[in-house]
Amino acid sequence: MPADKRDIVALEGVTKRFPGIVANDGIDLSIRPGEVHVLLGENGAGKSTLIGMLSGLQQPDEGRILVDGKPTPITSPRHALALGIGTVFQHMMLVPTLTVAENLLLGGPWWQRPRTEELEARVAEITRSLGISVKLHAKVSELSLGEQQQVEILRAMVRNSRLLILDESTSMLTPKGIEELGALMRRLVGQGLAIVFITHKLKEAAAFGDRISVLKLGRKVGEIPPERFRTLSEQEIISEIVELMFGKQKDDPEAAERPTRTVRADAGPLLQVADLAVAPTENAPGLSSISFDIRPGEILGIAGIDGNGQKQLAEALAGQRAATGGSVRLEGTAIEALSVGERRRRGLRYLTDDRLGEGTVGAFPVSINFFLKQVGASPFWRGGVEQRAEIDRRAAQLVREYDVRTPSLKTPVARLSGGNIQKVLIARELAEGARAVIFNKPTYGLDLANTLASRQRIRDTAARGLAVLLISTDLEELLSMCDRIAVIANGSLVGTVANADDARTKVGRLMIGLAA
Amino acid sequence: MTGLFSEVFLGALLFGAVTAAVPLLLAGLGEQLSEKAGVLNIGIEGMMLAGAYLGFLGAFYSGSLWLGFLTGAAGGIAVALIMALLCVRIGLNQIVIGIALTLGLEGLTALLHHFQFSRSYPRLPAADATVIPLLSDIPVVGPAFFKHHLIVYLAVALVFAMGYLYRRTQLGLNLQAAGDKPAALDVAGIDVIRTRTIAVLTTGALAGLGGAYLANVGAGLFIPFITNGAGFLGIVLAMLARGRPVWVLFGALLFGVCLSLTTAMQVAGINIPTDIIQMLPFLAVMIMLVLFGRRASLPAALGIAYERGAR
Repeated sequence: MPADKRDIVALEGVTKRFPGIVANDGIDLSIRPGEVHVLLGENGAGKSTLIGMLSGLQQPDEGRILVDGKPTPITSPRHALALGIGTVFQHMMLVPTLTVAENLLLGGPWWQRPRTEELEARVAEITRSLGISVKLHAKVSELSLGEQQQVEILRAMVRNSRLLILDESTSMLTPKGIEELGALMRRLVGQGLAIVFITHKLKEAAAFGDRISVLKLGRKVGEIPPERFRTLSEQEIISEIVELMFGKQKDDPEAAERPTRTVRADAGPLLQVADLAVAPTENAPGLSSISFDIRPGEILGIAGIDGNGQKQLAEALAGQRAATGGSVRLEGTAIEALSVGERRRRGLRYLTDDRLGEGTVGAFPVSINFFLKQVGASPFWRGGVEQRAEIDRRAAQLVREYDVRTPSLKTPVARLSGGNIQKVLIARELAEGARAVIFNKPTYGLDLANTLASRQRIRDTAARGLAVLLISTDLEELLSMCDRIAVIANGSLVGTVANADDARTKVGRLMIGLAA
Repeated sequence: MTGLFSEVFLGALLFGAVTAAVPLLLAGLGEQLSEKAGVLNIGIEGMMLAGAYLGFLGAFYSGSLWLGFLTGAAGGIAVALIMALLCVRIGLNQIVIGIALTLGLEGLTALLHHFQFSRSYPRLPAADATVIPLLSDIPVVGPAFFKHHLIVYLAVALVFAMGYLYRRTQLGLNLQAAGDKPAALDVAGIDVIRTRTIAVLTTGALAGLGGAYLANVGAGLFIPFITNGAGFLGIVLAMLARGRPVWVLFGALLFGVCLSLTTAMQVAGINIPTDIIQMLPFLAVMIMLVLFGRRASLPAALGIAYERGAR
């Protein structure tokens, strides 16, 4: 994409890699004054990395960033500010123990006295033109999140920013706060500012944007330029975005034909969940009236934007999180009152997405990690003493069977690659007596080969007649594997779709809050 | 018990309290500065020892106390440089490095002193006092508070200078941000590593100066392990003072009284085993911690190395 003269900042083929993942892959972007450029994408789409590079926190591995048409490496946050790029980060970047004024003064030359009077005059001028009010002498910790955000926007303005980046700025705001932020953005671009607005909410994108770029797994999969944007109605924009976000990519190597697996219709449900509820906590949504059945050999998918209660659901089923109501039945027996260990013994297995946190003990050898959930139980432990020979014998079997690539059984598990750690976990959870298995984001962060291997393993699990609950944020994955797909939003299931030809559209619509 | 409240006793007690308080004050102010910027400086005991040793050498060979203070501060800075390099720049664990520095300096200074002086402990001449006219004529209080070496008054002035620095200057804002939310300081365009380095080095200078005062003025000689936990008392003071230099001053005086009780009781001829009296300052620490420890508030990012873009 040739750089346009109107761009104040442009990205050309920007690529950023982190160990194991490509966070941004050849991204082109053009940012112009007087425009709200919406960056849309799910978690893990690479939005935050992109912002990190624009604000000088990270450097691209390939490609270049042009400022006013000139290739300019943005070397540090100070440099970004000097170029007129102001960022409001997803996580508040204010010092809670200082006042608003002190926060705004942060970054001045250290030998000077803080220029409070000058600041007050400047703030008065800006707040008047924007129609906001800010308590300059209040401590930041006493302000609401919305107010803190206004302070951050104000800070960017005080610093004479030409480009304002808003990273997931609406995620913590009330609906009214979001509306106010939208109006504020329109006034700012009216004054000739350029805004990059990052969100994963489609309605906000359609309501506040001038230009929309859609990111997916680190790649830019589409853009709606302002000329087209203006001609479309909000509904048309949303459906176009849905197509971009969830549509099938032609050259997708992960594309696999949905297997035709027949679930015996007469079989009774293996795992039954009815009205399951979990109380919300400070930083996690609760669950309410979750109900579903899974029959032997069936894979039920749980789709949804990350953070809508997926982990809570998995943990409540495994017994790791206290449920406040509802019932869970495994092969007809109520298990909701049983302990984690007892549920496991009865055949309910949970494969966590937190592989190195709760999944494994990184410093322990591979062999012990296979039996972490059986510590103390025979035949691997007798009278409290570890039976090294028995453990190694069985571990060697599992390593062969599940193709774990490890230098030896004694290698600390944390030294293995993510894919091989996942194999250890899968081997452990599918071991003797599994009846129903919960997979939480089983391919998250894995490379392609391991992703495909894990998926095959899950299909085989179902084919053996087990019930599988597959939680994933990757719609492609669900479409390629599940028999039915339920959509979770805000802690409840908003709909269940049979995985037929129109499932993609139906699930996509459910995910963004439209009825299927 | 007749001598307990005599003028001589009180005078000696208070004079000794001020002398004992000055190293604690300097260490406490230094620790406070470093903690404000987010660096928990356990190595401050080692910095004081380096300051005491080099400060003594400087004064011993040059015959000038002021040169001794200078070499003492330089010694503190030298140790702080290691701390800044390892903990601020490379980001190693501040507690482990701090303990290592303290233990290392204890051994090193004792060894070097033994090498040079074997088992003799040469004394420095008594320090010249700067007598403040009029105020020093007040009975008891006058001689106790207003007949000290000039550096004592400078140390007290430093309390107010630090207060001004924290509350009224840009540097003060930067320091607080470096300790409470370093990422915010970074995106405001200020180098967090540099800010913290400056803080740690200044801490080293203050601790070194405190050590030099302890050896040259307080004791008049250097003996191994002379600081005897003064640096750790400084850490306690900084934690209890909640970022306010004036509270460091009050705390230092309180601990100073406890420390000087030992000598004062001997002057008064009271016969209590010195071991018991020597426990007093540490007993006072425990009482203070029980009473006020709960209210101590520490910077949010204290002890956490800053790495840009880390999540």
